[in-house]
Amino acid sequence: MSGETQGKRKFSRRDFLGLATIWAAVISGFTVLAGVFRMTKANVYYEDSKKFKIGKPEEFPIGTVKQLDEKRVFIFASNDGLHAITSVCTHLGCIVAATDWGFQCPCHGSQFNSDGKVIAGPAPRPLPWLEVSRHVDGNLMVDASKEVKPGTKVKIYL
Amino acid sequence: MENSKETGIKKLLENIKKLKSSMAASYIREGKPESDMSRAAVMFNNFFLHFQGVKTHLNTLRPTYTFGLGLIALFLLVFTTISGFLLMIYYNPSIEHAYNTVKDIRYVVFGGDLTRNIHKWAGEGMLIFVILHMARVLYTGSYKRGREFNWVIGIVLLSLTFVLNFTGYLLPWDQLSYWALVIGSNIAQSPKEITDILGITKFFDIGGFQKELLLGGTIPGKETLTRVYFLHIMLLPLFLFTFLGAHFWRVRKDGGLTKPDDFVPSISPEKMGGIFTTHKTYGLMALARGKTPAVDRDVENTVLSWPHLLRAETAVFMLTLAGVLIYSYFVSAPLKELAAPLIPENPAKAPWYFLGLQELVSYSAFMGGIALPSLALLGLGLIPYLDREQDHVGVWFSSRQGLYVTITSFIVGTAVLIGILVIVINFGWFRNWWPDVPQVLITLVNPGTIWVAFTIAWSVLVINRTDSTRMGALALFTLFLLSFLILTYVGTELRGPNWEFYWSRSQWPVH
Repeated sequence: MSGETQGKRKFSRRDFLGLATIWAAVISGFTVLAGVFRMTKANVYYEDSKKFKIGKPEEFPIGTVKQLDEKRVFIFASNDGLHAITSVCTHLGCIVAATDWGFQCPCHGSQFNSDGKVIAGPAPRPLPWLEVSRHVDGNLMVDASKEVKPGTKVKIYL
Repeated sequence: MENSKETGIKKLLENIKKLKSSMAASYIREGKPESDMSRAAVMFNNFFLHFQGVKTHLNTLRPTYTFGLGLIALFLLVFTTISGFLLMIYYNPSIEHAYNTVKDIRYVVFGGDLTRNIHKWAGEGMLIFVILHMARVLYTGSYKRGREFNWVIGIVLLSLTFVLNFTGYLLPWDQLSYWALVIGSNIAQSPKEITDILGITKFFDIGGFQKELLLGGTIPGKETLTRVYFLHIMLLPLFLFTFLGAHFWRVRKDGGLTKPDDFVPSISPEKMGGIFTTHKTYGLMALARGKTPAVDRDVENTVLSWPHLLRAETAVFMLTLAGVLIYSYFVSAPLKELAAPLIPENPAKAPWYFLGLQELVSYSAFMGGIALPSLALLGLGLIPYLDREQDHVGVWFSSRQGLYVTITSFIVGTAVLIGILVIVINFGWFRNWWPDVPQVLITLVNPGTIWVAFTIAWSVLVINRTDSTRMGALALFTLFLLSFLILTYVGTELRGPNWEFYWSRSQWPVH
């Protein structure tokens, strides 16, 4: 057979069925794979809620910094109001320590100033400020899943 | 007929009398290995021996050619597997009991401490000997002439060895386990650095997916331990043994170990019972396509594998066993305090073999933890395809020039890498100079990426200067080994609390 006739060869029913079979197998294979990977992610995690109460405003006198270890946040209280900064390093998740000038991560040497801004080390992002709100029962609430703009403070001492 | 007169009982008694010899004969059907014929037969009739050829080239038996490195890694795998089975008798993979059962193994169970040490040190020993074996294969050019793909399988085995060691030290659920999980899972998440820069994290969060796949949650917990346990005792070993089978099978299919083209034996093979002599001609009784037994290639210099190869292997086995036992008897595997999710250690150090990576990670999580290691594995895997020169196979460093290139690369590489580290340690990096530098610049240009760029540039320069891709391969691999050594040393010895630089551990501040 010459190349010309081969080039013009009709796309036969057999070719179509063969290709269709292969693609059906490939697509169903990937679908199964996607399902398998989806299976590894449970619909619910049995973890502490990202939203939690931290206590009454009176427990945070002006001018203090409180580290809530288990909740992995620092609570800053100042004249302008109150704000929460996470204690989880944005580099690889170690718990940062508060220092005179800000925060120091023990694992890979990231340093943040007291606003959470990265001043040294490998951390790719500043320490996020977390949303603080007031619950109807008078407690303050922090939502660790919601970041707010640095500088956002909640006025509670009116 | 006389036989028919024998009573059944008499036949039974006869059979019982012959039991020992008939059972032995059923297993060793070719008889005692007393003739060349039966010595050959034992090699290909025995399932465990048929992985090896009936005849072995004398070069393979030279201790200074292979140093038995791959074999040592294999035996260490055997020890770590058996000791692993024993540890599973007591170990309980739940976060309530894991730490206590490991403590029981260490202090309460008879032989538990030794078993655990053997498991730990044989596992870490595998890392060392797999790397040394890889170095031997590279420096003798043994990734050539049909062995290209087996080199790639070797890279897969190297990666599996690392991951198995990693998952292993997560199991005791001590401080090391917990913080390694935090750091490891966040490295898995670190592609976020890139997707954040591109602004597509919302739609395509591959990093977050990987982290949750490993942890079964967002922080290490009970789901995590189940997953890690499953990986460590089931999935990864299954992969390891499968690829190992393929690795050995290919060694045989590729014609055994490499040997120099102009091999001259130091002892006459006839003295060692070689069955092929130079003054004879041979006819092939059967011909098969493809790679047939090495009939035409240097057969005069082969000897029977039984007993020569097996004797050498047994010697390596005994030495390996002795080494592991002695080391494990005197050195205990570490066990830290129970995992404390609120108190990271300072410094939080991985085991030594990851400290080079930890140093890289301290420049950029994504580059040091994912991109550069992947690039290194990719580069190593590509070596046989980028260097296709087929001469000087089976000779250490190929030639005098190869030795020269290796030494030069070692010296130049050491100088450059130490130079880079001196700059980082003394002057910091971009963020210390320009506080508002965008993250993307640090991710792309950091000491790790600069070093990797240098290794590539140096290798290309060597290829250009020597007109030989083999020289480039020697240079690249030497720089790879060197970075592993130096970075591991820096991470292990010179980094202290807050990952700051200290000349020695004794200078660490008390806190």
